[in-house]
Amino acid sequence: MPVSPKQARTWKHRSWVAFLVVPPIAFMSLFVVYPILSAFAYAFYEWQGLARGEFVGLANFQQVLFGPTMAPVVWNAFLHNVQALIALMIIQNGGGFLLAWLLYKEPFGFRFHRIAVFVPVVLSTIIVGFLWKLFLNPNFGIVNQALYAVGLDSWAKPWLGDSSTALWALILANVWHFIGFPTLVYLAGMQRIPSEIIEAARLDGTNEWQLLKNIVWPLVAPSTTILFTLLFIGAFNWFEIPYVMAGLDGSPFGSTDVLGLVFYRTAFGNQSASIQNFGLGSALATLIFLFIVVFASMLTLWLRRREIQF
Amino acid sequence: MTTLASHSPAERQPISFAFLAQVVLIANSFIMLYPVVVMVFSAFKSTGEIFENPFGLPDFTQVQNFTRVLGETSMPTYFMNSILVTGGSIILILVLGTMAGYAVARYESRTNTFILLFFLAGLMLPLKLAVIPLFILLRDMNLLDSRWSLIFTYTAIGLPSAVFIMAGFLRSLPAELEDAARIDGASEPRIMWSVMLPLARPPMAIAAIQNAVPIWNDFFFPLVFIQTDDYKTLPQGLTTFMGEYTTDWGMLFAGLTIAAAPITLLYIALSRQFIQGMTAGAVK
Repeated sequence: MPVSPKQARTWKHRSWVAFLVVPPIAFMSLFVVYPILSAFAYAFYEWQGLARGEFVGLANFQQVLFGPTMAPVVWNAFLHNVQALIALMIIQNGGGFLLAWLLYKEPFGFRFHRIAVFVPVVLSTIIVGFLWKLFLNPNFGIVNQALYAVGLDSWAKPWLGDSSTALWALILANVWHFIGFPTLVYLAGMQRIPSEIIEAARLDGTNEWQLLKNIVWPLVAPSTTILFTLLFIGAFNWFEIPYVMAGLDGSPFGSTDVLGLVFYRTAFGNQSASIQNFGLGSALATLIFLFIVVFASMLTLWLRRREIQF
Repeated sequence: MTTLASHSPAERQPISFAFLAQVVLIANSFIMLYPVVVMVFSAFKSTGEIFENPFGLPDFTQVQNFTRVLGETSMPTYFMNSILVTGGSIILILVLGTMAGYAVARYESRTNTFILLFFLAGLMLPLKLAVIPLFILLRDMNLLDSRWSLIFTYTAIGLPSAVFIMAGFLRSLPAELEDAARIDGASEPRIMWSVMLPLARPPMAIAAIQNAVPIWNDFFFPLVFIQTDDYKTLPQGLTTFMGEYTTDWGMLFAGLTIAAAPITLLYIALSRQFIQGMTAGAVK
């Protein structure tokens, strides 16, 4: 290091370093550390609107997990988060992996395709949500219009109005929005594989499927680790797409309700009903947070173990 | 397609595989881009034209939807707010991130590990779930329902990644640069400002893009913090706008197009930097 120990000990030098370090740390303490620590504390109190009431121990947690009115809503939403997570793992991350493999070979026009797949990623989720809401409109949306145009009238549906298809419509809108991200992360991972490895496998007569399954997939394990971890965190924080496309109540009939919506309704109220409960909201946020931390770290550790050094 | 099956597995890169790959890639790019094209085309149509002929080419001289969005709605205000909030947050992130990153990278100290761990924790924790205490904190500071509430929140979210990007880069600069300046009698602030930071523009650009896109697009924090129409950002204002013009599809598509245009055009112009910046956290 460039600074000699003698110099480092001078008062002038120390105050200069403190000047650099103290403001960022103070800022983070105020706007990140303090709110996160308070979030845990708030869950143990009763709240009247914005005013903190009495200490109630674990009562809020109990109501969130087992209360007769709240628990069914929470568990229903939780299962939708799980469904979205699994579907997105397969379609979004798996699809991204396959697209990356096609791009990796640098076929004709790959530069264009690489830019095209990332266009929806830069758009705001709000724009994406509204766009697909309009496209999925039962009467005038282009999805049903396209089905009519090719004679598949019987396939046309009120996609967002039917509780059997609504959640899938949101998941697919999310795939359209974000598939470019895993694609380009996997592509970068594949480009780091030493090309001799792939050429050697080719010379050994490995077919495309074996190459992908036995060589490429294991060697991009670091990308998989980070993508699955990010998806896990994202899936349990899912909010914008359901909010814009299906509304705050997860309509129809709660079939698109997710934890993010339940949290927002609980903490900040349904605007029409204007009820808000910071105690229950904090308890739910704490539970989601703990769930994410515990399972995301387990997932990361498990995925790390299958990574290979090369 | 029948040729695909007739190839023996020993043959690498059969023509039909390359053909299939092209088909998949073209179909995928079509699916990625066509909705955006329909959005832009529909913005030039009246609602009646959209319903009658959703896939047709519009008359591009019909710009009344755009003039109405810019003239009779609050969209220009939302746009300005998004620029102020994103710009303000990025400046704060870069200033604070460079300060901490520089100290950690260039000065040896026993507290460095602690400082890095501190910011690492900030990188991992989703601040969204602490929105209730943040809401109360901002209310107590009298910042609720102002642009500052968003600027401070976004700075807190973006700062850790900026610290790591800046520290990682600054650590790689050779010590000779500083030593030469020190021998010439330059003060520490002067070395930082005039010798080191001019070299650190590339990582600053990465940190700026990585944070600017999610900040520009964020919807959750404005939804919770902002009530007054004058302070709403574009994504939040868009929901207000979409609620007002529900049946006027020409206006809706024009509003979406205007909201999407700046970032999409910027992306097309700087796609390499965007991709590098936005995947920086996941690609080592």
